[in-house]
Amino acid sequence: MNNILNQIGIENYIFLSVILFSIGVFGVLYRRNAIIVFMSIEIMLNAVNLLFVAFSKYHQDAQGQVFVFFSMAVAAAEVAVGLAILVSIFRNLGSIDIDNLKNLKG
Amino acid sequence: MDTNLALVLVLIPFLGFLLNVFFGKSLGKTLSGTIGTLSVVVSFAVTLYFFLQINETKQPIQINLFDWISFSNFNVKFGFLLDQLSLLWLLFVTGIGSLIHLYSISYMYDDENMHKFFAYLNLFIFFMITLVIGSNLLVMFIGWEGVGLCSYLLIGFWYKNQDFNDAAKKAFIMNRIGDLGLLIGIFIIASLFNTTDFVELKELILGGTNSGETFWLAAAALALFIGASGKSAQIPLYTWLPDAMAGPTPVSALIHAATMVTAGIFMITRLNFLFDLAPQIQNIIAIIGAITALVAATIGLVQNDIKKVLAYSTVSQLGLMFLALGLGAYQVAVFHVITHAFFKACLFLGSGSVIHALHGEQDMRKMGGLKKAMPITFITMLIASLAISGIFPFAGFWSKDEILMTAFHTDIPLWVIGSIASIMTAFYMFRLMYLTFFKEFRGTEHQKSHLHESPKLITLPLIILAILATFGGLINFPGSNWLHHYLEPIITKTGHEAGLGTTEYILMGIALVGAIIGISIAFVKYIKESQVPSEDDKITGVAKVLYNKYYLDEAYAIIFINPINAASSFFRDVLETSLSSFVYGFGKVTEAIGTQGKKVQSGSIGLYLFAFVLGVCVILTCLFIAQ
Repeated sequence: MNNILNQIGIENYIFLSVILFSIGVFGVLYRRNAIIVFMSIEIMLNAVNLLFVAFSKYHQDAQGQVFVFFSMAVAAAEVAVGLAILVSIFRNLGSIDIDNLKNLKG
Repeated sequence: MDTNLALVLVLIPFLGFLLNVFFGKSLGKTLSGTIGTLSVVVSFAVTLYFFLQINETKQPIQINLFDWISFSNFNVKFGFLLDQLSLLWLLFVTGIGSLIHLYSISYMYDDENMHKFFAYLNLFIFFMITLVIGSNLLVMFIGWEGVGLCSYLLIGFWYKNQDFNDAAKKAFIMNRIGDLGLLIGIFIIASLFNTTDFVELKELILGGTNSGETFWLAAAALALFIGASGKSAQIPLYTWLPDAMAGPTPVSALIHAATMVTAGIFMITRLNFLFDLAPQIQNIIAIIGAITALVAATIGLVQNDIKKVLAYSTVSQLGLMFLALGLGAYQVAVFHVITHAFFKACLFLGSGSVIHALHGEQDMRKMGGLKKAMPITFITMLIASLAISGIFPFAGFWSKDEILMTAFHTDIPLWVIGSIASIMTAFYMFRLMYLTFFKEFRGTEHQKSHLHESPKLITLPLIILAILATFGGLINFPGSNWLHHYLEPIITKTGHEAGLGTTEYILMGIALVGAIIGISIAFVKYIKESQVPSEDDKITGVAKVLYNKYYLDEAYAIIFINPINAASSFFRDVLETSLSSFVYGFGKVTEAIGTQGKKVQSGSIGLYLFAFVLGVCVILTCLFIAQ
């Protein structure tokens, strides 16, 4: 494992994470389909997870990896709830375009 | 046994009030009136029982119901004190009260709100009993306020007439001014002696506690006197009483002549040991009393409303009672209270009978010649008029004469003022009698054809009261002086007893001659010369000043009412406007911010997400820079 880190270098992991996270952010901001927005959020989450694991290896500290397990478990629950909400939105409105969700207008 | 009976005495009229106020309308007029009357009669019977008991035992009955207010060193018990004074007062309150209730059954029968009238009357009796038998100043104060409330309700009984409502308000407000004085007096006494109980107060004061605090004792006496002058219509607070005649006539007879207005005299007699310690205040009381007697009598000379004449005569007689109180002759004042209750109730009820026969006419210029049509009313009113004028041997002669005698022995100028007031009393009472009952009838033909004597329920109380007005003087007949001895346990200072010497006989003679002179002037003016008082706009000179009551109401309007109105309109137009625009300003600014702010809440999720990301970026940048 040490070899891999040595061969590729910690900075490349950081770049990859930043790129993935930015892709997620732009996906959230530009796409109108709720499922795509949802997926973009997952990408952001995984970018962070990746960074966690990389730093954990770099510092020789397992805590980071344990934290990722927790984060993945919570993300799974969140996906279940989020998808259920999306299904019920679709049943009510017939669409999952977030521009149509304006009932909470003040 | 005594406790239960005392509770019956107090609560039966209250029960009558509850019945009448809740079920009066469905009970029907006769039943509602009967309940109202019977409840007072029961109270009278209980009073009579207690009175006979105390006459034998001479022991006051103290009843403590419960601890009302208690602090470490200050206790107020809710209790009753049935002693000679309170029982005497109860006797005529409930006795005359019963008669007037009986009278009202017939008098108010045509009124749609008769049950309400009886409810108020019963409530009044309840509060009056509370006032009289309260064992301390605070229980008395409950009754004191309660009778004021009932007076207000009953003056404004015909509430559809705005003038009557104004009269009711005037009475209430004037009384409140006096009540403030009474409260201050109670506070001073409570702080000086740590008690408000009459029996304890008497022991403490006679024991010499705080006798050095002359200033505060005098202040307490003065404050209490202000309270008394509000309730008992003395200068400068008397103006409400003549206006109070707006109420139905039985109310005038019961509340504004016989009972409630004597509450001030009751209170001062109750606390006579305190007033004895403040001779300066006693002087003030005597002088105010004498001036009130004179001023009210002069106004009474020219009034044309039959009830107004009687009202000013009441104020004048109350002034004579205060004169006696100020001279320390408490028994004499009480004596006059009792005889006055008899003949003044009779006069008011008689005038009510006249007004009833004339379908509401109160102007004496439109009466006359009623002697033949209403013989019983005429005779009873004649007896009462002779009594109030002080003609031998009617009740008023004895009591008024004792007041004047006391004044003669202490202070000659006061005696002169009192005598002049008495002569005027004789004049205006017989002016009233001559204008009402003699000569030709001056009203409309329609009224003339309907002239009739009032029904028995009205004439019976009149006859009883006329008998009492004839023989009432016997209770303190010179020589036996029953009342004087009866009240000895109450009055600490042993005043001089009305003996019978040459001076007394001469004084009696002078008083009698004075009264006869007054009557003769009235006789010459209204019978021989057949004068009728002129129309309102033709009154001139002194008579005009008197007819307009010395312009006192107008003076009060200028001195008190107008400045208060000006101040209130200043506060409303200037102060409140600026204050409220300041307060409203906060609301307006908040509302404007809200109107703008709610536009952000567009419901567009894309915008929210954008704002969210932007916010995170800003926070991160800030954190980065801060590092």
